[in-house]
Amino acid sequence: MHELALCQSVVETLRRQAAVHHFARVTNVRLEVGALSCVAPDAIAFCFEAATRGTLAEGARLELLRLPGEAWCLECDASVAVAERHDPCPRCGGYRLRITQGDEMRIKDLDVE
Amino acid sequence: MCTVCGCGAAAKLPLEAAASAAVDGHSHSPDHHHHHADGGHAGAHRHDHDHDHDHDHDHDHDHHPHAHHAHDGPGTVDIMMAPAAAARRRVRVEQDILAENDRLAAGNRAVFAGLGATALNLMSGPGSGKTTLLVRTIEDLRARVPVCVIEGDQETSFDAERIRATGAAAVQINTGRGCHLDAQMVANALPTLAPPSGAVIFIENVGNLVCPAGFDLGESARVVLLSVTEGDDKPLKYANMFAEADLMLLTKIDLLPFVPFDPERCSAFARRVNPRIEILPLSATSGEGLRQWYDWIERRRTQPRPAAHPGWG
Repeated sequence: MHELALCQSVVETLRRQAAVHHFARVTNVRLEVGALSCVAPDAIAFCFEAATRGTLAEGARLELLRLPGEAWCLECDASVAVAERHDPCPRCGGYRLRITQGDEMRIKDLDVE
Repeated sequence: MCTVCGCGAAAKLPLEAAASAAVDGHSHSPDHHHHHADGGHAGAHRHDHDHDHDHDHDHDHDHHPHAHHAHDGPGTVDIMMAPAAAARRRVRVEQDILAENDRLAAGNRAVFAGLGATALNLMSGPGSGKTTLLVRTIEDLRARVPVCVIEGDQETSFDAERIRATGAAAVQINTGRGCHLDAQMVANALPTLAPPSGAVIFIENVGNLVCPAGFDLGESARVVLLSVTEGDDKPLKYANMFAEADLMLLTKIDLLPFVPFDPERCSAFARRVNPRIEILPLSATSGEGLRQWYDWIERRRTQPRPAAHPGWG
């Protein structure tokens, strides 16, 4: 969706963290990105470079940790794997699913100096 | 510029960066979605203290064989003691990327709650009839309910002018290259809008079925509009938008005789991505279905949901 806005939000978080943890430069950023989230990996890598230019994270490496999609099937009363938001339950074929994992967009940690 | 939906974002970017970002084109998959962090998410990640950073990344500094970690308090910061990288350390963040937006949205939500106001975030693709429906809705409701509007568009104040012609207060937000409203923009608009207590505040988002889904504005409910001229498979093509919505309005149903749109198929697709979504067909032109829409608004006013989007996450 709006990968550039997301990356700017990441940079803003880095600035806040820098003030709290007293670092001057970020060399690596690890993001947890769920398979069902709105983040397109190629787009976010591209935007990350643009958004970090001239900031404390210029040149930092971006690592995306992909989390697979999981849902709770209300019919089966079980946790099932889903690849897409509109996938049916792989056990019963129904659509009464509640997503339990895969929509994450989190900053996990940073390498700083 | 938003490289995924191609609609431009972020006026704060340096020109150079924005120019290079604009090179990228339209190439996104439809599975865009974001759930805001909630307690469930935070809890899920809080305890995985995997001190795996000696092994799982490949920076070009050497890890000294005697490297070890000094744990700082509850484990928020690990300091790598390797002589080769004395100043380098890892900082655990564990924060939603949009945490700042969510914080501001919570502030908006508190303002709305304090006013006893009901804020409805209206989202759709361009041309679904949001403004036309709003004008008709305001005309029909304003004698008994205070109504005001926040209008989001990339450019022009045409929509706010259409709203103001009804006599209702409206604030126009121009997002420039931005493809969605965010919580900060709504927070900025509120002092100007000065909604009266008990008001229904319609927030007309930027016409876009992708990006607005990711940004909590502090709204009481999310309403997605889909016009029958658009295609009944949109709920699957833009699943994240429909997965987040409380209500889907099928608009322009007076045109159904002229278009190959199957409302049942569309509704089934919407329920497939969101089993709890409510669906109302209507036409702002013929007036069909408006009664049910007004009843829905009234139920939202009198029975606000206890928590912000309890179904999220």
